[in-house]
Amino acid sequence: MENLQVRIWRGGEEGEFQEFAVPRQESQTVLDVVTYVQRKCDPTLAYRFACRVGVCGSCAMTVNGVSRWTCRTHVSKVAADNTLEIAPLRNLPVIKDLVTDMQEFFDKWARARGSFTGSKTRKDAFARVEPQSKERKRVDAGIECIGCGVCYSACDVVTWNKDYLGPAALNRAWTLINDVRDTKHAERLAAVAGDAGCHACHTHLSCTERCPKGLSQTAGIAGLKRAVLAATLNGEI
Amino acid sequence: MSPRHQVLLWGAQRFSAMVLALCVVVHLVTMIYAVRSGLSAAEILGRTQGSAGWFAFYTLFVVAVSVHAPIGLRTILSETLEWRGRGLDVLTGVMGLALMLWGMRAVVAVFGGGGT
Repeated sequence: MENLQVRIWRGGEEGEFQEFAVPRQESQTVLDVVTYVQRKCDPTLAYRFACRVGVCGSCAMTVNGVSRWTCRTHVSKVAADNTLEIAPLRNLPVIKDLVTDMQEFFDKWARARGSFTGSKTRKDAFARVEPQSKERKRVDAGIECIGCGVCYSACDVVTWNKDYLGPAALNRAWTLINDVRDTKHAERLAAVAGDAGCHACHTHLSCTERCPKGLSQTAGIAGLKRAVLAATLNGEI
Repeated sequence: MSPRHQVLLWGAQRFSAMVLALCVVVHLVTMIYAVRSGLSAAEILGRTQGSAGWFAFYTLFVVAVSVHAPIGLRTILSETLEWRGRGLDVLTGVMGLALMLWGMRAVVAVFGGGGT
């Protein structure tokens, strides 16, 4: 088969694209291409991956200008003219080549109070959550996030406002706000309020458009906006 | 500005947007109706001055603009210039007051008892 012309970012924040020729194969993924380059062309290429099957969320990159998970992105889908440009995720510091520093991404999950706080102990019975309840359905709609950072990379508001928590952290907060077992709702609503929180979202829908898991972070953020406003007007936060 | 106040600003902008949507429609329909019959400026003023209902409507319009526009401008300036803090809040607050003054000056001139 013919070769793919692949341009891969080399360096850190400063650097340049380096070109490689990679044999085209059937059912080839973008991660396969990067792996080929590292194993056959240049072993110093740095990139990150683990599961290769869309579970771990570690292989996200910018492919032809679009943030994507690379393990489940087929070359045939994104390289119509047999060319690929592969860069690190946007909005995150580049450590080397295709590897970004995810610290601020996950720090913002903590700032959004993205950890569950319950009231029961292991001695208590299981909580009973009605599967058809409004809250449980909202949790279902957002709970499958794999923390890949694609939404964070695709979000223009993150680019413009470095303090903005971002779609993934806010989506996590929304799932916990709808978790009837959680006891820190008021603190969480306060944590996601205002200019650095959910109210900074412009509803561009880039996160929803790019999320590889098909989640609608935008819907969750809209829910948070309403919940925070209601709590503010009620004097709860 | 505290997050609580930022949330209230967000709410005020959304609520003023709802008011503006209604006001703009009424305003456009009124303008089109007024110019279709070829009324002169003097004839229009003759009908508008002293009208309490229209005075109240356009006062609401001006208040909604004065609330809505500065909040949006605050966000635009913040994101474009990476400018945050008290200086930005004061500047956009002053712009809101200026819009209110200019707008009410026009409302008084057109719907009040006399011109300015």
